Amino acid sequence: MTSWRTKLLPPLLAIVFAVLLSAIALIISGADPLDAYGTMIGQMFKGSTSVDTVNLATVYYLSGLAVAIGFQMNLFNIGVEGQYRFAAVVAAIAGGALKLPPVIHTVAILLVAVLAGMAYASIPAVLKVTRGVSEVISTIMLNAIVAGIIAFLINADQFGVQTGNNIGTRVIEPSGRIPGIPIGQGTLFGFVFIAALIGVAYWFMLNRTRFGFELKASGESTTAAAAGGVNAKKMTLIAMLLSGGVAGLVAMPELLGRDYNYGITSTQMYGFTGIAVALLGRNHPGGIALGALLWAFLDTSAVSLEQIHVSKEIATIMQGIIVLSVVVAYEIVRRADLAAEQRRVGRALAANGRKGASVAEGGAV
Amino acid sequence: MITADLTPESGTTMPVQRKRSKIPGWLRGVIWAVVAIGVLSTASYSTGVAALTSSNTAHTALRLALPILLCALGGLWAERAGVVNIGLEGMMILGTWGAAWGSYNGGVWAGLVAAMVMGALGGLLHAVATVTFNVNHIVSGVAINLLGLGVAKYLSNLIFAPISGNPRQSPPVPKFDTYSAAGLTDWLTDLEKEQRVVISDVAGILRGLVSEVAPLTMIAILLVPVSYYVLWRTRFGLRLRSCGENPVAAESLGVNVYRHKYIAMLASGAFAGMGGASLVLLKGGADYLENQTNGRGFIGLAAMIFGNWRPGGLLGGAALFGYSDGLQLAGGGTAVLALLYGAVILVAIIVVIQLIRKQWLAAALGVIGAGVLYAIYWTQDTLPSDLIPYTAHFVTLIVLAVASQRLRPPRADGQPYRRGED
Repeated sequence: MTSWRTKLLPPLLAIVFAVLLSAIALIISGADPLDAYGTMIGQMFKGSTSVDTVNLATVYYLSGLAVAIGFQMNLFNIGVEGQYRFAAVVAAIAGGALKLPPVIHTVAILLVAVLAGMAYASIPAVLKVTRGVSEVISTIMLNAIVAGIIAFLINADQFGVQTGNNIGTRVIEPSGRIPGIPIGQGTLFGFVFIAALIGVAYWFMLNRTRFGFELKASGESTTAAAAGGVNAKKMTLIAMLLSGGVAGLVAMPELLGRDYNYGITSTQMYGFTGIAVALLGRNHPGGIALGALLWAFLDTSAVSLEQIHVSKEIATIMQGIIVLSVVVAYEIVRRADLAAEQRRVGRALAANGRKGASVAEGGAV
Repeated sequence: MITADLTPESGTTMPVQRKRSKIPGWLRGVIWAVVAIGVLSTASYSTGVAALTSSNTAHTALRLALPILLCALGGLWAERAGVVNIGLEGMMILGTWGAAWGSYNGGVWAGLVAAMVMGALGGLLHAVATVTFNVNHIVSGVAINLLGLGVAKYLSNLIFAPISGNPRQSPPVPKFDTYSAAGLTDWLTDLEKEQRVVISDVAGILRGLVSEVAPLTMIAILLVPVSYYVLWRTRFGLRLRSCGENPVAAESLGVNVYRHKYIAMLASGAFAGMGGASLVLLKGGADYLENQTNGRGFIGLAAMIFGNWRPGGLLGGAALFGYSDGLQLAGGGTAVLALLYGAVILVAIIVVIQLIRKQWLAAALGVIGAGVLYAIYWTQDTLPSDLIPYTAHFVTLIVLAVASQRLRPPRADGQPYRRGED
């Protein structure tokens, strides 16, 4: 019963529910919900907001993919946050130091980012496989520690460069940058296409390769997969490293398309957003893309709420409600489907009398 | 759901008879405390860094350990009932807002109650999602962390911003009064000043723990034995823990699993909210401040796992993290370096124990670890100042890596449960 109902109804229900609940919060704070939502949607057509939304969604998409790879293996990689920030600072340092011809320079930076993400992810992976340390706890610690590592690395004593009040890594030469596409008042990241390719690769790996099958199998049931000859520990290790590798790319659209260096003030929290986006998209590459766009829309258009004197935190509340209601909605629809299935089988049994339902209707073989 | 009973974890395997250790739990705690103080005073004596055992360090450590301890207790209640509560951080954030709001309007005790109510609301939401709707526990926890942050920011903007003029901060709020055991502290102060080996160290630590104690501190510490008593020595506690071990069996014996999980989650949220209150309502802490929890909810969860899902153990975990955090605040890089020296001594003791037990590999690894630590201690004058604030996190990681092989979580921890489906 994977009909359109089970796939599309839950997210729609969740969004409707979130909109209603946020409307209540808006009314309490003395604002007109229709006015607030109208302003948020109207903001999309002003200036570069729509391009910014797609750019931000690219970042969220990569982060969501990184988390989703872990989810396939029943691994909860909260550590995407730490992995992408570690990779970003290492790649920025390497990119600033390297002197290479165009394209090769870019590829080198991306390679460094992937490897750095993998390296940081290898710590919880090895701890989990050899010592049984819960990846949730170890990655939370590593997420906190990464802030210290970044502060240490971009200190002027190590690799940092002081520019005004901001300390950051050395600026990457134009040869290492990824050119964007100017649209209206904004510039679309060239990385959008690379992110889409990674999404396709993710889909291909999961659905068309033996490795993807084994990964999903051991995520469903470790014991069953082990009986089929899949080494669960090896799969855990590989899934975590892959997840870390993709996480390493999360900061690249902004680093190579807009900022060109990584500083103390560079944005964070993309890793946590990735968890929510992966949940919204149910680990499907297309779903994750939609989730990323929705999330980015809420983030970029929330700023406009200040114009009508509504605090923009309402967007954060809305995001929290959406995540919770999406998962609840999936459960409700699943239960409703199950009940409908049982009724259908019951009716078929009653109609056929003693013969029993046909296999197609859910009867016994 | 129907296929779930085919996996060997749920019921088909017999519990393996483990060799019972002869040492009772409380005695093991005392031994650990004695070893810790012995190691610290030796390290303090041989490195000449007094901050390792100064009353200032102990006092700061106690203040920093409280939120972690309360969150760990919250985690204990939830996970013993079989609900993984990664939303402690969000409930704690709700608690900090509640504490500031209640305390500003009705004094410290109102603040404490408001914090507990706000936290319990977060716990209730987690219970509705995980128990009633069977949502994945970690997913729901992540959502609650998001919601807690958003709601606190929103409420702060709505209520605190007009008073304090800053949406990220509350106006100054009343704090708990503190009490010192007058005669005892003077005597301990004298002892600490005499600089005698071991005695002065013990006196310093004790003085830090008994001077200027707030009622909230006493309540928090009392909650550890109270939690032990309720969860392990009452009928209600047995039923609650049975929901975390084997809910199907519990239900078949007439235990209302849903109700016990709900109660556990309310308690868990209230404890986490109290943890938030301990950040706001103690002297030396900030008023409500955005992002002031700074991941302490997660560290509390780590302290609980470190403590093997037991009250005594999580007290030890909270003390460890509070101490390493307090030490870096009170003593800085040189003190943390001296702590490394202490770690070398501790590892040396463990190596000797492993040699006696003829665990050659473990002993060899221990020798290598001690060698590396000692090399760092010997070659460096101080540690990078950017990394010092993360001492507690490093300690957590290392301790988990070394210690976690003998941990046993509640058997049905994090498993979905629906009445009649299994």
